[in-house]
Amino acid sequence: MAPAVTILKYVGRRVLGVAITLLAASFLIFASLYAAPGDPADFLTQGRTLSPEAMASLREQYGLDDPFLVQYLHWLSGVLHGDFGTSFQFRDDVTTLIGARLGTTLTLMVMAAVLITVVGLTAGIVGSLNAGRAADRLVLVMTTFLAAVPSFVAAILLISVFAVRLGWFPTFGGGEGLLDRIYHLTLPAVALSLTFVALVSRVTRSAMLEELGREHVEVATSRGVPRSTVVRRHVLRNALGPILTVSGILVAGLLVSSAIVESAFGLSGLGSLLIQSVDKSDFPVVQAITLIVVGAFVLVNLLVDLLQPLIDPRTLAGEAGR
Amino acid sequence: MSTPLLQMSDVWLRLPGIANRPILAGVDLEVAAGEVVGLVGESGSGKSVTARTALGLVPRGAQVEGRVLVDGTDVLSAPADRLRRLRSESAAMVFQDPRAGINPMRRIGDHLTEAARFAKRGEDVRAARKRALDLLEAVGLPHPERHLKQFPHELSGGMLQRVMIAGALMGSPKLLLCDEPTTALDVTTQKEIVSILARLQQDEGMGMLFITHDLDLAASVCDRVHVMYAGQVVEHASAKELFASPQHPYTAGLLASTPSLEVVQERLRPIAGTPLSLLADPLGCTFAERCDRVMEGLCTTQRPELVEHGDRADRCLLNQTTEVAG
Repeated sequence: MAPAVTILKYVGRRVLGVAITLLAASFLIFASLYAAPGDPADFLTQGRTLSPEAMASLREQYGLDDPFLVQYLHWLSGVLHGDFGTSFQFRDDVTTLIGARLGTTLTLMVMAAVLITVVGLTAGIVGSLNAGRAADRLVLVMTTFLAAVPSFVAAILLISVFAVRLGWFPTFGGGEGLLDRIYHLTLPAVALSLTFVALVSRVTRSAMLEELGREHVEVATSRGVPRSTVVRRHVLRNALGPILTVSGILVAGLLVSSAIVESAFGLSGLGSLLIQSVDKSDFPVVQAITLIVVGAFVLVNLLVDLLQPLIDPRTLAGEAGR
Repeated sequence: MSTPLLQMSDVWLRLPGIANRPILAGVDLEVAAGEVVGLVGESGSGKSVTARTALGLVPRGAQVEGRVLVDGTDVLSAPADRLRRLRSESAAMVFQDPRAGINPMRRIGDHLTEAARFAKRGEDVRAARKRALDLLEAVGLPHPERHLKQFPHELSGGMLQRVMIAGALMGSPKLLLCDEPTTALDVTTQKEIVSILARLQQDEGMGMLFITHDLDLAASVCDRVHVMYAGQVVEHASAKELFASPQHPYTAGLLASTPSLEVVQERLRPIAGTPLSLLADPLGCTFAERCDRVMEGLCTTQRPELVEHGDRADRCLLNQTTEVAG
């Protein structure tokens, strides 16, 4: 195993990278909304005409006349203390608004992630081990089809078949308590994961096929190691690197896709809140959710990076020489 | 002599859709216990496929005919379980590129003991580890204990090929197939690897099939040498006789294109043309289009048989017609 110093350097380098990325992202997010057309004050007044004094005090209250950098630093220091400001439309803490919806979205994402990993991996493995045969062709046709179905179409189809016609699942709402919530979120999770299942299974299939062609796989076979052991210890294990990388990016991207599915199923989650807030120019909420999305991407990728050396010991070899 | 360890009789291997000509076209080959048999030829001549077929490792979609017996087991008809036991106990293979042949993500110790742990049921892990240590020492690696815990990228190519050899010997095979074991290594390492292989072969009394395109190497290691071209054995003889008097123009051409330290040559004479394409399936002799002694109208229309002359044999109409004439 690599010495502790090498591991610390590897981890330190990546954590530092995450911090810099998040800082840069926060600046970009704030700046782009600052530059966006429309004065937040117009939204705050909701079309009413205010006296110049009242307008001034409103602008004062939200700090709208401060220089850009002062506004940014003020916002950033709030974010670092867990305060994302006050929502224009709800007149409530952004943190409270998000906290109330986070549970639904997280549950939805976890369920979708499990579906994506289990179904996507299985389909990809089955396909690669039967390359060129009927099972493989079925997987290819199914994944091509699924990858082409937008999630809102999938949502409508699932609702009409499983919720309306068969009545197996509820059509609407997030449910109370964990079990009920899982029950309510089953169809949304399926709708959300279909495209991603297709992508993960394609990546798994090609990564497995590449590893199946390696000489060390033939060597293991030539030594009498049973097929299932060869597939598990040499093919799947070695294919995990690319599969994990792609899955990480996809799972982080679920947060974005969840907006559509949450709207279709009438779920009160982060995604639907984002759409609603963009619609109403509710900048503090948009900034907060966008930052959370970026944070999710960066953290999932950090996790993938930290897992990589456990899969491939050569990852750390490059680090030792640095 | 007792029954050979490896006996291939009239083995054909076809790859429909990929090759028009058979990859193996009636290969006969025998390796007895304690004997080193060489298999030489250019790349694409079917040497590696021959060795892999001996272990039942044939490409997907291949049609194989003929008979392959390894230590009494019919490889081509054996059930998967019997084949696995044969691979883990009777016959083993050393591959060309050790860097590609050992899983880069697993430790050396894992590679060595894997077959013992997963192929043979109930094998004692500690016994396998002990044997791995002994073998690493036998192949001349300096720190067996440490190597077991290392990953392949921490070792040089020569060291890895030693690991590969140790790995092949883990199951105490009676037959060792070496597929160009030194081609991927530098010259000084080549010499060491060959001497390790030769010593272990003698010590264990193994039968060995040694594949190489290096004729001098074949001459120094092998008892008998088979020369392959386009999926056929075109000549075989004892190593000494083959080099003293090659009977097939291809063998003669290979010899003439090999640099020699003993004989002063002005320049090497390469064999003209390129090896027979997988898409070509000539009516006559497969070597005719490159042969400098081709007999027009005869060699291009008639496929020669392998004809024995004493304890050697060749597949050339030249030798058969002179015999008839004489």
